[in-house]
Amino acid sequence: MKNNQTINESNKLKLGPMATLLVGDKGGQRLVMALVAIAIIFPFCNLMFPEDSIFHVSTYALTLTGKYLCYALLALSVDLIWGYCGIMSLGHGAFFALGGYAMGMYLMRQIGERGVYGNPDLPDFMVFLSWENLPWYWFGFDQFWFAMVMVLLIPGTLAFVFGWLAFRSRVTGVYFSIITQALTYALMLAFFRNDMGFGGNNGLTDFKDILGYDLQSAETRSVLFFASAMALIFGYLISRFITKSKLGRVLVSIRDAEMRTRFLGYKVEYYKLFIFIVSAMLAGIAGALYVPQVGIINPGEFTPINSIEIIIWVAIGGRGTLFGAVIGAIAVNYAKTYFTGAFAELWLFMLGGLFVLSTLYLPKGIVGAVKSIKEGNGKISRLYFFLKEKIASIKGGA
Amino acid sequence: MSIIRTLLICVLTLSSVMALSAETISQQVIATSAEPKKATDSFQSSVNKFPSASYVEKQQLIDIIRASKNERALELFNGILSGDIFYVKKTNEVVYRAPTEDRKFLVTSFSNGKEVGLFKKRKLKKIGINNSLRGNLKNAIAELQLFSEILEDRELAALSILKTASSDHQTLINSALKFEQSNGEDEYIIEVLTTSKSLIDLKSEDPVVRLQAIKYLDKSLYVETRNGLSGFIDHALINFDDYNQAEITLAKTTLDDINQLMKINAVIENIYFGVALGAVLLLAAIGLAITFGVMGVINMAHGEMIMLGAYTTFVIQQLMPNHIGLSLVVAVPAAFLVSGTVGVLVERSVIRHLYGRPLETLLATFGVSLILQQAVRSIFGPLNQDVVTPDWMAGTFTVNAGLELTFNRLYIIIFSLMVLVGLALVLKKTLFGLQMRAVTMNRPMASSMGIKTGWVDALTFGLGSGIAGIAGVALSQLTNVGPNLGQAYIIDSFMVVVFGGVGNLWGTLVGAMSLGIANKIMEPMAGAVLAKIIVLVAIILFIQKRPRGLFALKGRAVEG
Repeated sequence: MKNNQTINESNKLKLGPMATLLVGDKGGQRLVMALVAIAIIFPFCNLMFPEDSIFHVSTYALTLTGKYLCYALLALSVDLIWGYCGIMSLGHGAFFALGGYAMGMYLMRQIGERGVYGNPDLPDFMVFLSWENLPWYWFGFDQFWFAMVMVLLIPGTLAFVFGWLAFRSRVTGVYFSIITQALTYALMLAFFRNDMGFGGNNGLTDFKDILGYDLQSAETRSVLFFASAMALIFGYLISRFITKSKLGRVLVSIRDAEMRTRFLGYKVEYYKLFIFIVSAMLAGIAGALYVPQVGIINPGEFTPINSIEIIIWVAIGGRGTLFGAVIGAIAVNYAKTYFTGAFAELWLFMLGGLFVLSTLYLPKGIVGAVKSIKEGNGKISRLYFFLKEKIASIKGGA
Repeated sequence: MSIIRTLLICVLTLSSVMALSAETISQQVIATSAEPKKATDSFQSSVNKFPSASYVEKQQLIDIIRASKNERALELFNGILSGDIFYVKKTNEVVYRAPTEDRKFLVTSFSNGKEVGLFKKRKLKKIGINNSLRGNLKNAIAELQLFSEILEDRELAALSILKTASSDHQTLINSALKFEQSNGEDEYIIEVLTTSKSLIDLKSEDPVVRLQAIKYLDKSLYVETRNGLSGFIDHALINFDDYNQAEITLAKTTLDDINQLMKINAVIENIYFGVALGAVLLLAAIGLAITFGVMGVINMAHGEMIMLGAYTTFVIQQLMPNHIGLSLVVAVPAAFLVSGTVGVLVERSVIRHLYGRPLETLLATFGVSLILQQAVRSIFGPLNQDVVTPDWMAGTFTVNAGLELTFNRLYIIIFSLMVLVGLALVLKKTLFGLQMRAVTMNRPMASSMGIKTGWVDALTFGLGSGIAGIAGVALSQLTNVGPNLGQAYIIDSFMVVVFGGVGNLWGTLVGAMSLGIANKIMEPMAGAVLAKIIVLVAIILFIQKRPRGLFALKGRAVEG
């Protein structure tokens, strides 16, 4: 152990400030390396090889993977707060959707005169509802920088207000989960209304371009994909930075013994509030990157089920490990894409089964299971070795 | 002698034969000239003329039939109005039709009810009517019904007269009033008819008649009265010279009075709707109050237990299609058993392993809810199922002319209170309830006293789920029965429990009722969706003030 540390010390100068975060985090190192590799190889293969080449990655696959990366960032934000602070928020679907709406509003304003009604100032749905002027909260969204600030600011502000109210009055545990769910539900109902000025049921769609580049072109898609991968790496490093710091340790102590931490003199609610806001902003970024790749944002994203699904990604990947959340999000979503295509009927059975089985038998997720097999203790590893022996004996017998 | 005798016999037989034939002849004469027979004929011949008549001729035919006062005239008019009466194109015979399995129609004659045969659709044609005929038919029906033997028919007819009251009806109303006074003395009908009469009188030339009419209309809550009075005031203000000041002021104050009463009515109605919504929420949440409140288990599959109850109702109705009213009664215990059994199974197989880990329980039960949803979707299909409402649930009950309350809501309110009382009795008065409370308060102590805590947990969860199933029976009468039924109620139920406070049936009752009433009172002002959002936000804010709800448990059990 001590030996390790000295090696780390000597490495520090060579590695630079960002990479030091990954020291001693094998999973994180692999994840970041894999992400960097994907971020370069996928767009490269998409753009450089012709479509009939075996190395070609189709734009569809690229966009799909980009979508998974956004989900992974979302899962990361949930893991940050659930895994490290024990707060199970069922409102992260809402933060994700709010970030998405902020981006969607920018993309909507970029359509300009190319809409069906050709109105340079108003988006189509407003013309359709025969509105005269742009509502005040749409001002500024024609500027990219403003929209990007809002992507962070809107989820952040909501998290601040909501968290400040909730944590100050010590709403904890299940109660917090239920009222965040109520919040998500209320937002969904609100965004479904046409009067809100966010396109109602249909949401925002028919986007044309971003920063002047055509959204349909493979190049733009590649850049968006690259940006998603980078955002995920950035989110991972930030989360790692927070959890490694002293603040991160206080968070873990809040998770494990909130009362005791409070009695030790820490202002528990401020720590919780901080991590809640950071987490909400990460979710907002994920949403903002998701929308231009998928091409639509509608109130369906606010459905309470979505928020619960995010929790299950984290639970399956492995709570409290950060890279586990990324693995879980990608694994579950890949399975979802595959099974809804192949056996649509079965998917809900499978997802439901995943919820039940993972909570019963994989309390620490995939990451925890792999770890326990390596260390050779726990139910899972006994099962693993039992099966291995059986297979070996069958092979030996044959 | 013998000759005389034979002659006599001959004369006698002859005379008897003569007499007989005379009798039959006279009978025939009487029969043809008899009044009813003739009316039937004119009715029948008019009916037979319908298929080939033009609209103008049809109008005349309606008048003839109306005048004939034939007992089947009403049936005919109603049939034509609702488009149930057809004619065979080839023979112009007026018929009813009923679809058969091989896309043909079994046709029966209107006049004698005999079967005419099987016809294809295009061989039959509806008796066509236009809008003016439709109005005439309605009037004719009203007139026939006004003098009907059946009280309900007369009531309906009086109301339909009220809706279309015009000066044409004046004589009809007067004679109907006379008929009523001499015949039935039914106050309600007399009131409706007099109101119609007064409304017509408002347009009269004579100020005295008008004044009397306005006086009569005081506190009359029919929509028509308000329309009539405001129309009268508008008209009077324009043609000021024809009216005197007194009657205009009187009309205005009368209208104001009526509007005031209508406002009170609206408030009562909203509160009634609110209490009914509260009763639904209470039914949905009360099972949750047990599983969440007593056991501390977050059961996200609670909504699906409700859905299972609703589907049980559907299945029971399919099993006994001829006893819809009874099926609902049977469905209550059946739904309790089905949902309760599923609940016990879920508890034994999943939740048992997760006690003390509420967040994991939430996830696992959510998984269970997805599985149940998909299971129901696979078995019954994704579409909504048609659950029939029995006759005794339908209908309204009239408080006053401006306020009618539906029976099904009333039943739901009564039913949910019964469930609440029943549950309270189970908790307080039975051994199981005692054991349940003991386990809630102090598990190790209860266990050391010989209570099988594991089974108490399972049964408690079963009880909570079973009550959700009962809620499903009630909800099947109010909303669509589909795989997503449960999801619509789960968040509301949680809100009720969180708002009312955990582990307290009173809290659930107060929580459900206040949420229901708050929702319905705000609805007219803000719209349904916004009202719901406001209520949700209000609860979120309320939780900040009292994190454990209205009626919170106090003491050591709180931190857990």
